[in-house]
Amino acid sequence: MTPLLTCKEFLAELSDFLDEQTDAEIKSKLERHISECPNCWVICDTTKKTISVYKGMKTCSIPEDVHARLMAAVERKAAAKKV
Amino acid sequence: MLLYAAGPEYGNGYSPVFAPPAMAWENGNSRKMATNGFTLAAAPEISEEAKAELELVNRAREGDATAFSSLIRQYEGKIFRLAMNITQNREDAEDVLQESFLKAYEHLDQFQGNSKFYTWVVRIAVNQALMKLRKRKSDRSVSLDEQIDTGEDTVVREIAAWDPDPEVQYSQKELNSILTDAIDGLLPIYRTVFTLRDVDGLSTEETADVLDLSVPAVKSRLLRARLQLRDRLTRFFKRKGDDAFAYM
Repeated sequence: MTPLLTCKEFLAELSDFLDEQTDAEIKSKLERHISECPNCWVICDTTKKTISVYKGMKTCSIPEDVHARLMAAVERKAAAKKV
Repeated sequence: MLLYAAGPEYGNGYSPVFAPPAMAWENGNSRKMATNGFTLAAAPEISEEAKAELELVNRAREGDATAFSSLIRQYEGKIFRLAMNITQNREDAEDVLQESFLKAYEHLDQFQGNSKFYTWVVRIAVNQALMKLRKRKSDRSVSLDEQIDTGEDTVVREIAAWDPDPEVQYSQKELNSILTDAIDGLLPIYRTVFTLRDVDGLSTEETADVLDLSVPAVKSRLLRARLQLRDRLTRFFKRKGDDAFAYM
């Protein structure tokens, strides 16, 4: 029987676990840990939701005046390049 | 060839955190280029989307202003958001946006198509944004490559289950404000890595490349950023009536 991971060891692997970048052996240890440790289960679940809520964040269109000034600056640069 | 790393912008006591874009493509791995633009046949594995983007870059390089405008329209929102996240100041973010696209335009001939156009521009934008921060304050935390392995940042302070869909309790505007404030509370090293990796969706390797960090360094900063954000969001998203906070 493989030894149980400590919570600290679990936390160290959490990102890779959530990104599905752990190998099968580590993954099974991590899954076993969260099935037996309610605190780590909550941390894993809420970190997963943290990532998901940020991934769902819409890219706001930039303010029209900011866009207009950017385009004007690029046009000036383009004109200077042609001279 | 070092194009602008030795300029006065870096004369503020810090060595450049990132290699400027020009250096990244001088590592001998570059694909062979045609004299004018890219030879697409030299990169048969790239996607249709990437090919279309390279076409735009080639046309922009030949002086087609519409092509460069298309590239701007595609990425200006993401660059502006990243700049806002790093500088936390609208005026600085606008400067960063302009400077990034102007530098990109000026140095288009150095983009060799080994990476996505976005990762090339974002690398310039991160440099510009960090320079803004450094000019604004003498803040050691602005450096992305210093050792920060204190262990303190991975301490989890608040443990409470969240609602299954916590974000639906808030309007889009409230949610954006909560998420932005939480990111703003992170150190620049964490908010930059988190924004690139989890908001913009770059891979760990691309993030490492953009920031000139090793993959383990990106992973370590990402873990800390994610845990700190989780901690900060818990106060908004925890299940109602669930005040069972614990400490690890």
